[in-house]
Amino acid sequence: MKPTDIAAPDYFHKVVDCQWACPAHTPVPEYIRLIAEGRYSDAYMINWKSNVFPGILGRTCDRPCEPACRRGRVEKDPVAICRLKRVAADYKDDVSHRMPKPAPKNGKRVALVGGGPASLAVARDLAPIGYHCVVFDQDPQAGGMMRTQIPKFRLPNAVIDEECNYILNLGIEFVGGTRIDSMKKLLSENFDAIFVGSGAPRGRELEIPGRKEAAKNIHIGIDWLSSVSFGHISQIGKRVIVLGGGNTAMDCCRTARRLGGESVKVIVRSGFEEMKASPWEKEDALHEDIPILNFMVPKAFTHDNGKLTGVTFEKVKAEYDAKGRRNLVPTGEADETVPCDDVLVAVGQENAFPWIERDNGIEFDKWDMPKVDPKTMASSNPKVFFGGDAAFGPKNIIWAVAHGHDAALSIHKMLSGEDIKERPLPEVTISSQKMGIHEWSYDNDISGDKRFRVPHREKVIALKDIKAEVELGFDPKLGFAEAQRCLNCDVQTVFASQLCIECDACVDICPMDCITFTENGEEADLRTRLQAPAKNLTQDLYVQDGLKTGRVMVKDEDVCLHCGLCAERCPTGAWDMQKYLIDMTNAGTPCQQPARSAA
Amino acid sequence: MTYIAKPKFHHPGLPKNELGFTHRDYEGKVSTLCAGCGHDSITASIIEACFELSIEPHRVAKISGIGCSSKTPDYFLGNSHGFNSVHGRMPSVLTGANLANRDLIYLGVSGDGDSASIGFGQFAHAIRRGVNMAYIVENNGVYGLTKGQFSATADRGSKSKRGVTNTDNAIDLVAIALQLGASFVARSFSGDKTQLVPLIEAAITHKGASFIDVISPCVAFNNHTGSTKSFDYVREHNDAVNRLDVITGRAPITVDYAPGTVQVVEQHDGTRLALRKLDADYDVHDRLAAMAFLQKHAAKGQVVTGLLYVDPEADDLHTHLNTVEQPLNTLEAKDLCPGSAALEKFNASLR
Ligand SMILES: Cc1cc2nc3c(=O)[nH]c(=O)nc-3n(C[C@H](O)[C@H](O)[C@H](O)COP(=O)(O)OP(=O)(O)OC[C@H]3O[C@@H](n4cnc5c(N)ncnc54)[C@H](O)[C@@H]3O)c2cc1C
Ligand SMILES: Cc1ncc(C[n+]2csc(CCOP(=O)(O)OP(=O)(O)O)c2C)c(N)n1
Ligand code: SF4
Ligand code: SF4
Ligand code: SF4
Ligand SMILES: [Mg+2]
Repeated sequence: MKPTDIAAPDYFHKVVDCQWACPAHTPVPEYIRLIAEGRYSDAYMINWKSNVFPGILGRTCDRPCEPACRRGRVEKDPVAICRLKRVAADYKDDVSHRMPKPAPKNGKRVALVGGGPASLAVARDLAPIGYHCVVFDQDPQAGGMMRTQIPKFRLPNAVIDEECNYILNLGIEFVGGTRIDSMKKLLSENFDAIFVGSGAPRGRELEIPGRKEAAKNIHIGIDWLSSVSFGHISQIGKRVIVLGGGNTAMDCCRTARRLGGESVKVIVRSGFEEMKASPWEKEDALHEDIPILNFMVPKAFTHDNGKLTGVTFEKVKAEYDAKGRRNLVPTGEADETVPCDDVLVAVGQENAFPWIERDNGIEFDKWDMPKVDPKTMASSNPKVFFGGDAAFGPKNIIWAVAHGHDAALSIHKMLSGEDIKERPLPEVTISSQKMGIHEWSYDNDISGDKRFRVPHREKVIALKDIKAEVELGFDPKLGFAEAQRCLNCDVQTVFASQLCIECDACVDICPMDCITFTENGEEADLRTRLQAPAKNLTQDLYVQDGLKTGRVMVKDEDVCLHCGLCAERCPTGAWDMQKYLIDMTNAGTPCQQPARSAA
Repeated sequence: MTYIAKPKFHHPGLPKNELGFTHRDYEGKVSTLCAGCGHDSITASIIEACFELSIEPHRVAKISGIGCSSKTPDYFLGNSHGFNSVHGRMPSVLTGANLANRDLIYLGVSGDGDSASIGFGQFAHAIRRGVNMAYIVENNGVYGLTKGQFSATADRGSKSKRGVTNTDNAIDLVAIALQLGASFVARSFSGDKTQLVPLIEAAITHKGASFIDVISPCVAFNNHTGSTKSFDYVREHNDAVNRLDVITGRAPITVDYAPGTVQVVEQHDGTRLALRKLDADYDVHDRLAAMAFLQKHAAKGQVVTGLLYVDPEADDLHTHLNTVEQPLNTLEAKDLCPGSAALEKFNASLR
């Protein structure tokens, strides 16, 4: 293998599994260390810069970082990264003075359609560098689906208000209660750029017999949830069936339990394991006495005199064809009719752009989705950008934020006369952690604790009040203990061949058998010849040549604990532990200098 | 010296041996030696050898003297028996323990100071008696623990860290062991685990006095130019006569050597030593030739390593003394006091 080029910013970025997996590339271990130090405000600001909504995301994020977390490869569970973010938000001091100040306007105007996380992220990046941002939303308040869809028992209004206001206070013009009905008209208003962050607002229908006849008691999940949010709906029948297995279904069933649903069931076509809902959402639903019945395909709504009486299901099982594709085939058992008073349909979400005329230079594909460049978020009309659920269909908040950053950067570059296709590299700050022979400026002792559970409000109380937040969050003590589980993957093992005397001290001490000195070879061959087999192909081998014996040093990054023992046992300092703080480059510098790092 | 405890986590893909242990289960406490000390690699090699042989840790007694080298038994086999004796007295403590309980595996761990200076006599007698043990000297040419004075194995003409030339002749422990009748003699280098680990395995499975001289650079006091026990010097002057693979149980010999280049030596306990010759003329069964070979190469400044001599048919001290099979602590009163009839019979035989 060729020696690894560690100067390429992606190399060590990938080693920080969580940061690499986070769509907004939040420097996770950096903020986790700050939490352990009790520096909650600093931890919050690092998050705020990267992901814009730390308090909201600390409660609701889909957390792609957690399945990626190295700790999950070393023991059973990853670090509770998401809930640690909430600790920073919950225990920070007043941070309003650390927010950017409204900037003098640069004369450029940007229109943002929709006031959800995607548009707000764009505005957050552009306003502090002088852009005049006008956010239009059909709803009276900003927040998009974070406000209208996510139930209050998961995300209280106070948190949404606080974090939306940090952005609205940057001198942004928010035009609430105003629906944009024509892109053509908007284009004619001479904005310098337009960002479409209108979301994926339409709930998918379930066209089966009885749908029309029993319509009064059949509700589309996302519409029903927003009606609950707005206070238009405050009760539901005693027996409720929720159709669908995604997170919307989980929010629907748990909301129904709080509005009078005594017997609430979730019924899904697929198997329980393949449901789209996150495992923790399913767990929370089960905990609230909501059974999840699987392998049942809805065939018809039964009704009597215009009143819904139940749903008839066909029983199926999963069969896999030669290509490993799953098919649901009938088991041959008799159909089952489950009686109920109301049905909530949560079988998917769709985009809809009735307000965008198709002759504005914005091309749409065969699925009637706008053609959007995934790197720049540009449409085929050079002035118009998309992001969030509007760009590639329903995703989640953190993706909406990441799109927002990318689109803001494109808009800034375009309006500065630069090529939007050229993306800047992240800013990397490298600092050796060595303080003394056995002293490091990070805590390198590895905690053996198992993942801590977030305390929940008592069920009887939680079910009585739809606004009572179920999760109580870690307190500082639990937060500290959980933070200690983080392996500091951004503190990198950096090797200097010219200093190495090949004494094997690092090989001998390494608890994870990461390091091998051996003859060079092709990667596939090398992977089989290491101290421990390197079977995880998603993780790189760090290779360095230039050793006296002509061998190479190969380090499998896979399960390195970043404990620093290799560097501690190295007599010549050939190994060093260096923190690579990687900051994505966004449009302008949205906040004051980032908080002084933990180092 | 390291302040944090070595984390308990281990690589999820670590192989397990017949007992279901990983090599991590054979570790001891975290080493307190200097970072980079060759002795730590020998520790790692002993761990690897015991893992490979699927040895039950409680069947091992590790016995040492005084010195950095003699501290190392604390860093491996944390669940074995151990005795850290006084300086140079490891061999007699080991001999006594072995006579009392022949069922254990005896690992004698020592240094060049411990064995070639203060314990030279002890070393000689344990070897000549044929005590069943694996005697490992971690040889760095200095008294590491007392800050780097020349030891008796330091070569004449080699330089100390402060530039002083050694004027005394060196003791070659391998030569002495051969001369005193050790039935397994080897030399290796802490920086070459592929050579060292199988040698330790072979020494452990060998019945009789096994001796391994492991050159083990002292990074603090003897790893400079002018030293003949430094990483660089040993790497440049290493002359390996053979490479060894140890095959336990009935496993076939699968190592793919070119035909005719492998010599198989079968030991008492059934383990087979597959020797790949690097030096075509070298015969591991010829004690006299081995001694001459060593002298010749030493004169050229070469460090001969590998399995240098083995007598697979050797006996040990217990056979010579015709002692009881059982460990002494399992002998019951009826074994020790067979009754007056037996006494009568015995007395009669003396009349
Ligand atoms: C029930 C439910 C629960 C969810 N839970 C989570 C969760 O826990 N975690 C998570 O990460 N994600 C969750 N999501 C997904 C998440 O809410 C969305 O992915 C995210 O809000 C998308 O952000 P956005 O900015 O693209 O659009 P949205 O948040 O949908 O915002 C779009 C805004 O645009 C407005 N708008 C649309 N068209 C127009 C127009 N023509 N003129 C003016 N205004 C317009 C809308 O009113 C809306 O306010 C959930 C979604 C649902 C439905
Ligand atoms: C009876 C006695 N004499 C002297 C000493 C001092 N002493 C401690 S260690 C040592 C030499 C150890 O050298 P070696 O066996 O080579 O071990 P190393 O530290 O080099 O591994 C000496 C002389 C002692 N501890 N006890
Ligand atoms: S252990 Fe810490 S730094 Fe490493 S992936 Fe997990 S959260 Fe990120
Ligand atoms: S930091 Fe060094 S010693 Fe620790 S696990 Fe990683 S490679 Fe091994
Ligand atoms: S003094 Fe020498 S022998 Fe002793 S621990 Fe340090 S390097 Fe090893
Ligand atoms: Mg010594």
